[in-house]
Amino acid sequence: MSLAITSAISLNPGKRVLPGFALSLGISLLFISLILLLPITGLVVQTAGMSWQEYWAVISDPRVVASYRVTLWAAAFASLFNGLVGLLLAWVLVRYEFPGKRIVDALMDLPFALPTAVAGITLSALFAENGWYGSILAEVGVKVSYTPLGIIVAMSFTSLPFVVRTVQPVLEDLAAEDEEAGISMGGSDMTVFRRVVFPSLWPALMTGIALSFTRSLGEFGAVIFIAGNMPYVSEITSLMIFIRLQEFDYAAASAIASVVLLASLLLLFAINLWQAHYLRRIHGR
Amino acid sequence: MKLAKQVKTLAAALALGFSAAQAQAADQSLLNSSYDIARELFASYNEHFADYWKNKTGQTVEIRQSHGGSSRQAQAIIQGLRADVVTYNQVTDVDVLHERGNLLPADWREQLPNASSPYYSTMAYLVRKGNPKNIQNWDDLAREDVSSVFPNPKTSGNGRYTYLAAYGYAQQVFGDDQAAIDAFVRTFLNRVAVFDTGGRGATTTFVERGIGDVLLTFESEVNNIIAEYPDHGFEVVVPKVSFLAEFPVAVVERHAERNGNLELARAYLEELYSEDAQRLLAGFNYRVHNETVQAEFADQFPPLELLTIEQIAGSWESAMTEHFANGGKLDQLQRR
Repeated sequence: MSLAITSAISLNPGKRVLPGFALSLGISLLFISLILLLPITGLVVQTAGMSWQEYWAVISDPRVVASYRVTLWAAAFASLFNGLVGLLLAWVLVRYEFPGKRIVDALMDLPFALPTAVAGITLSALFAENGWYGSILAEVGVKVSYTPLGIIVAMSFTSLPFVVRTVQPVLEDLAAEDEEAGISMGGSDMTVFRRVVFPSLWPALMTGIALSFTRSLGEFGAVIFIAGNMPYVSEITSLMIFIRLQEFDYAAASAIASVVLLASLLLLFAINLWQAHYLRRIHGR
Repeated sequence: MKLAKQVKTLAAALALGFSAAQAQAADQSLLNSSYDIARELFASYNEHFADYWKNKTGQTVEIRQSHGGSSRQAQAIIQGLRADVVTYNQVTDVDVLHERGNLLPADWREQLPNASSPYYSTMAYLVRKGNPKNIQNWDDLAREDVSSVFPNPKTSGNGRYTYLAAYGYAQQVFGDDQAAIDAFVRTFLNRVAVFDTGGRGATTTFVERGIGDVLLTFESEVNNIIAEYPDHGFEVVVPKVSFLAEFPVAVVERHAERNGNLELARAYLEELYSEDAQRLLAGFNYRVHNETVQAEFADQFPPLELLTIEQIAGSWESAMTEHFANGGKLDQLQRR
């Protein structure tokens, strides 16, 4: 994301490769309307039949509120975990050469390619008490499958590529000379990382974490098979929506979905604002 | 909205197109919208019916199948899938076709014998080898040392039946003492280890993951699981009291008429009641009404007291509003 911004402003403003501003903008807006805004409008229309009291009653139902708590905490842990691991993976993939690097790089996208239900079933099999990982973890008294911990595992699996793929290009752009300059000026490794490398990575990393978080909020397929789905303990918000749909209560399903959507939109919007502010400060524009 | 509907219909049509690719030369074709686990059953019945129809009318018939969770199947029909007949595992999913789409008459249950349910089943237990926890009846499932697995009553008809069976048992034991009934069912629900969203998911949890001491599902499924995993040594326990799980069938009259299939669709469902078809159904571990066939399969189906929805909750309608609706009995009993 920040890469796009920097390359856009470095282009000569008078010359564009793609012609026809009006045409390209028109097509973009049409697609935004058809693919993004229309479904959201549909969502609002579904809830429009409800009064505010009904809407509030649906979204503040204690069981639904418990599911917000579970989902938010799990998504927060999963995305923070992904922030750390994703940064590490991106770093290794960009800065080192090792045999099989291309394969590892390609594997990074696997969670996107795999149907989430398959991921969920596989993870719950691995982490169940009779599974490969689960049997080892059980010896130290850790249960993953069918607990909230399982939700975190599923969420971080499905959203890891977001962090890797947002940080990677920025890291590739970051010249090794910058670090060398820092070191030659007497900075310790830690100082150079903190003052030179990290400030450039930070916006991309934040975007990656935020995308990972919002994706986790909406994840259904992978989580449902590993969560155990116990009321008030390991039920996620997507399951609440699914339950309302099963009851043919489309309005209530849309109402709960609107809460998730609003939370995601606010978060992404806040990140974008913050990022613009940060980049202005860094680049002094 | 309309676009979304069309896309869905198109997707459904494509999916059906693939399954229907093998038979082009049939004189007539019929679409049966059915529940998830009935694939093998209807594949077998369709062969039987095609022969029967050929003998009777000289015409070849091609029957296309669509399977899925029966609530979702009903939604697909409401949204435009032109199925001729439905063969479901929940009465409410057929009712919804009348309520939401007026696709069949309100009295559809009176169109065929046995309240339009040619076969039935009940909720039974699958326990681990040798029944180590000695689980025999519903009160054992409320014991502290027993953990059970069944799908979420909120998302699965299978789970709803299990809940109703336990509730009906509690009504029988505690009579008018509503507090005792609630306490029992609350404990029963607390003993559940995992709530999967569907029946097959619960089976996987119990069989593959080794979770729980007992799996609760249809008697017909329990027997299939034993046949599928002979090495596990699972055993069936049929409780003394359980729920009468009906498998309602109906002609989607509005669609069948438009497809010119009304007569064929009716014959397709009526033939389910013939002795040969009933024998075929019993072979798939469903209980049937035909007395000759009942006698043949007597060993396989131990007698038990079957509680109907009318006995437990008055009707399906009141069961849905009082027990399963948002904030209903089930929600109250699961509240902490």
